[in-house]
Amino acid sequence: MAEDLFLQEIINITLLSLRVSGTAVLMGALIGIPVGTYLGFRQFKGKKTMMRLVDIMLKSIVNTFMGLPPVAVGLVVYLLLTTSGPLGWLGLLYTPAAMVITQLIMVIPIIIGVTMSAVGSVEKSIKEKALSLGATENQAAWLVLREARVGVLTSIIVAFGAAISEVGGIMISGGNIRWLTRTLTTAIVVETELGNFNMALTLGAILLSIAFVINLALTILQLKGSRR
Amino acid sequence: MIALEVINLSKEYSGRLVLKNVTFNVREGEFFVIVGPNGSGKTTLLRILDLLEDPTSGKVFFDGEEVDYSKDRVALRRKIGMVFQQTLLFDMSVYDNVAYPLKIRGALTKVDIEQRVMRMLEDVELLGFEQKNALTLSGGEAQRVALAQALVTEPSFLLLDEPTANLDPKNVSIVEGVLSRLNRENKTTIIMTTHNMFQVERLAQRVAILNEGEIKTIGAFRDVFGYQSPLAW
Repeated sequence: MAEDLFLQEIINITLLSLRVSGTAVLMGALIGIPVGTYLGFRQFKGKKTMMRLVDIMLKSIVNTFMGLPPVAVGLVVYLLLTTSGPLGWLGLLYTPAAMVITQLIMVIPIIIGVTMSAVGSVEKSIKEKALSLGATENQAAWLVLREARVGVLTSIIVAFGAAISEVGGIMISGGNIRWLTRTLTTAIVVETELGNFNMALTLGAILLSIAFVINLALTILQLKGSRR
Repeated sequence: MIALEVINLSKEYSGRLVLKNVTFNVREGEFFVIVGPNGSGKTTLLRILDLLEDPTSGKVFFDGEEVDYSKDRVALRRKIGMVFQQTLLFDMSVYDNVAYPLKIRGALTKVDIEQRVMRMLEDVELLGFEQKNALTLSGGEAQRVALAQALVTEPSFLLLDEPTANLDPKNVSIVEGVLSRLNRENKTTIIMTTHNMFQVERLAQRVAILNEGEIKTIGAFRDVFGYQSPLAW
């Protein structure tokens, strides 16, 4: 009976982790890929000093936000969603939705940044070649994005890796409530504090396995996609 | 009939004039070759003719119509094929690379596209390479795919920027064969730059010497170089 409950809780925690991080990354990709593509493309346009300055500023901001401290993000989300906060009426604090919001804020800059870099690193001449072959601007942009596809996929995998292993932010906004908002990382913290090393180690192994699968996928993608 | 007319074309980069009042014309169906040392402005000239760059001043007419560089250039660009000096192919199969210009035009059925691509691959002697990734090809094979890409749409104008530089004799022969046939049978107007004087003798109906951004002379091979080539037309 106790073993069943133990297993059930582990499954619950694992699935919640995957659901929260998966949703955050999916939503982050929908926002981050178009923005990252746009910013990556800016390098192809004009060489005017003003545009370059704006470009540098935008890219620096994105790069700064790529390293957002999760705890700070969790705190901001908490302050926004708390009863007296501006979004308190939504009643989302200490729910999986609050955790998704926290991770979404974290992963968007990662996806933008890596996509931007991938699109920006595609040779400028690829776009010129497409235009020369009769492509419209949009068709050429699509081709560049296709050429940068490995980088774009990498951005998603990196973002998922960051989200699934994050602890501080979701601990604050999700509250680490058993059976409701407890994820792999927050559970490991609690179980360690309680001295339940058996549970903590099991969860740690699961987290490590997920991280391994992510990195395996990333490596295979990079090997398959690198320009020969 | 004049197919291409260039009048007083100049191009400036950061205060440096790389093309200075370049003026010439090319007749319909003519094989016109531009010769000049490195840095003479040949590539810049072809890039302007391919509408990839704007001239600083001057006019360009295709089939009597002046090019408006401020407008959308897709329609005009689709009449022009260009082969770049640096071969650059897309990370896809040879077939998809050659089919790309046809697909983006959206005017042909899948069957028609396949027929054209296969015919083109046969012309450049690359049948059997369709499913290979284009990035795995040798330099000569890649340049032949690039040529097929530029020709598959049957352009009215073909611009070639040193298309056989760095190719071995076998590949040079294949490329030259395709170009000669295209010019002779389809009456495609071809403008090519090269360093290879033998190639000029073999292919050019007229030749222009471009040096330090200026056209120094234009004429038939014998008029420009002072002797009649035994290989001349």
